[in-house]
This record gives sequence, C-alpha cells and structure tokens, in this order.
Amino acid sequence: MSVFPWIVTAWLFAIGLWGVISSRNLIHQVLCLAIIQSSTYVLLLAIGYKTDEGAPIFVTAPSGSPAVDPVVQALTLTDVVVEATVVALLLSLAVQAWKRFGTLDPDRLRVLKG
Amino acid sequence: MSWLQMALLTLVGIGGWAVVATRDPLRQAIMLSLYGGLMAGLFFAFQAPDVALSELVVGAVVLPMILLLALTKVRGRAE
Amino acid sequence: MSLRTPLFLLSIAGFTAFILWGLIGLPAFGNYQGPYGDIINGQVVSERHATNAVSAVNFDYRGMDTIGEEFILFVSVAGCTLLLRTGLDEQLVEKRNLAAEGRSYSTSSAVKSMCLVLAVPASLYGWYIVAHGQLTPGGGFQGGVIMASAAIFLYLAGEYVVMRRLNPMWLLELGESIGAGGYVLIGLSGLAAGAAFLQNILPLGSEGSVNSSGTIWAISMVVGLEVSTAFVVLMLEFLEQLLELQPRRPR
Repeated sequence: MSVFPWIVTAWLFAIGLWGVISSRNLIHQVLCLAIIQSSTYVLLLAIGYKTDEGAPIFVTAPSGSPAVDPVVQALTLTDVVVEATVVALLLSLAVQAWKRFGTLDPDRLRVLKG
Repeated sequence: MSWLQMALLTLVGIGGWAVVATRDPLRQAIMLSLYGGLMAGLFFAFQAPDVALSELVVGAVVLPMILLLALTKVRGRAE
Repeated sequence: MSLRTPLFLLSIAGFTAFILWGLIGLPAFGNYQGPYGDIINGQVVSERHATNAVSAVNFDYRGMDTIGEEFILFVSVAGCTLLLRTGLDEQLVEKRNLAAEGRSYSTSSAVKSMCLVLAVPASLYGWYIVAHGQLTPGGGFQGGVIMASAAIFLYLAGEYVVMRRLNPMWLLELGESIGAGGYVLIGLSGLAAGAAFLQNILPLGSEGSVNSSGTIWAISMVVGLEVSTAFVVLMLEFLEQLLELQPRRPR
C-alpha cells in the first residue's frame, strides 16, 4: 500500500474539481477550491517522508539524527497561510457579485448588460 | 506505512468528499473546520509539526471565521 | 446542464488516470531519495545554530521564496480592502449610533467569559511561538495567525466596540507595512554589509537561546507582525461590510 498517498491526492483533486464544476453557489465553489489546494499539501508532505525517521527539529535529538525532508515542509507551511488570504479574496469577490447581481448562482451571473 | 497514517489518509479522503457533498455553505463551514483538524492530524503523523500547527490554526480559526462573515452578509436577499 | 455531468465524469476519469500514472512513477512512499533534505538536516545546527530546520529553510536557505509568499499575502489583503470599500450607494453608520445600540447580540455568558479570559493568553502564546521560531516548531506564520485570533476572541466576547478601539485601522496598516517592508530591509542590510541579499549577517549566537541564528529570528518577528495584522485587517473589513454599511438613502 505504498501508493496510497498518491491515490488520496488524486481523489481529493478530482472530488474538488467536481465540486467546482457542479456547484450552484459561489461560496461552495470557493471551498471546493480549498479542497483542491489541500490535495497538494498531502502530495508534498508524502514526497518528503522517510520511513521511521523523526521530525526535522533538533532540540532533544542530536544534530545528525535521521529526519524527514524539511524543504517540502517549508513550502507547504507558507502555502497554507497564504492560501487562506487568497480564499478571503475570492470570498470578497463573491460578496461583491452578490451585491451587484443579487444572486450567488454562477450559472445566472451574466455579463453586465450596459 | 503505519496503520495510523493509513487510517488518517482514509479519513482525509472521506472528509474531502464530505466537504464537497455538503451543499449548504453554512454547514460546509463546520465540515471545513473538522477537515482542517483531520489534516493537522495527518501532517503530525507525517512527522511535520510545523505544518500541522499552521493548518490547525488556519483551518479551524481563520477560514471558518471569514466564511461565516461572508455568509452572514449574503443572507439577506437569497435568490 | 444535463450534458455537463457525463461529459465531466468522462474527462475527470481520463485526467485522474493520467495523474495517477504520473504519481506512481515517483519513489515509493517512505523512500525519499533527494540529497538536499539530508544535507540541510546535517548542516543546519552547525551552520546556522538553529534547531528548527524548517524555519531555517524558510527564512534563510530559501528566504527569497518566502519574500514572494509574504507579498502574495500583502497584495491579497490589499485586494480585499479595495474590493470591500464603501461603494457609491452605501454609507457608513456613524460610530455614535453603533456604540449607543450596544451591538451585543445576546451572546451566552459562558462564551463571553471564556473568550475574555482567553484573549490575552492567546496573544502571549502567539508571541511566544513567533519568538521561538528558530528553536521549536513555530515561526512567524503560525504565531502571527495565533496572535490574530486574540482579536477574534474579543469580537466573540461581544465587545465589538472595544475591539475596534484597540485595533485602530491606521495602526494595523502601519504594522502590516512595517512587516512587509521590514523583510526587504533586512535583506538590503545584507547588501549594505557587503554580502549577498538576505544573507545571514547578524551574530549567530549559541544554539538553544532565543536570539540565536542571526537574521532568522529577525525575519520571523517581522513576518509574525505582518501576518497577524493582515488577518485582523481582513476580519475588520468583513465586519465593516456586515455591521456598518447600509444603503445610502436617497435625499
């Protein structure tokens, strides 16, 4: 079962994409985008994992002790916080769309008619 | 791959489907909060405490808060 | 609409098969083979006197990437502030009316007392996580979000007016600009000292103490300031939309 993380990654990506495409509500769409983002976090951390090794923190463990990869953890860490603000930006777009058009249904948002 | 990691990966897969399948955004906020907690557990099992801390505070505090504020704003005139 | 779902299911099946075929070609889970992780794990304590390898990678070895991420955060918050500005057909409720109404939606007293009790310790805990970023799991990003949650506790306790008074917008914007600009200034100070941009030029100190590892500690502080003020600004923008804007009455 060593390919299980990749299967979960592909599953989360596919299910998030299905949510975005089949959604009737702009806010629901934004949250499905958050699911797609979380699939990339799982992928990155699963790439850097080494079996039976510790975290890359060397406070109690001596300096040379085996640890998992810190580079992918650094990438994922900043990504998690920054994508929260991007989700906030998309939600403010949805609020403005609701104020202008009165609807949150993406099928009913038409191009501005003059 | 240990049993804990496999169980958490399965739960994360089920949680992702649950967040997408919940159509009402208000309930989806609670589901997203739980999903954030599950992801934090998964990251901890992958020996990544920094990322787990980050995902926990963002997924359980900030995202549902912003979501609930936006939802309360659009509650007035439901189409 | 009836054609969309079968078409999508067909394409997503093909897409998932393609992505799985690519992912299965990776080394098996648990067999990480890349050399850089091992090199950094072996060198980080002796080279930078920092025991948290992830923070050292974030703020020192890959500091350029983190500048980019921080500016993504900065620009997103600026975009939110721009999008949620007072429109032509809205007006701000006067602050006087806001205070007079009290604005306390009957919150239960358990929530009120718990949130009031937790607000200051949450702020202190976030500060601790930021300051010990190079020693234990933590750093500017995590601690900044925890510090922002102290303002959320104040709002949850029903004290919207108190929270607004404690977090004036000009102070938050000043803090956010200092955070974003401070990172660049720390990098430029590396240039001024004759080394490369973002090079670790401050004295490294002894490992395990709070002021070790040179610029990693300084960058963690400014990132914590920036992230916390950014999230409080976001929350205040949304709250202002909710509580203080009303359609402008035609005169």
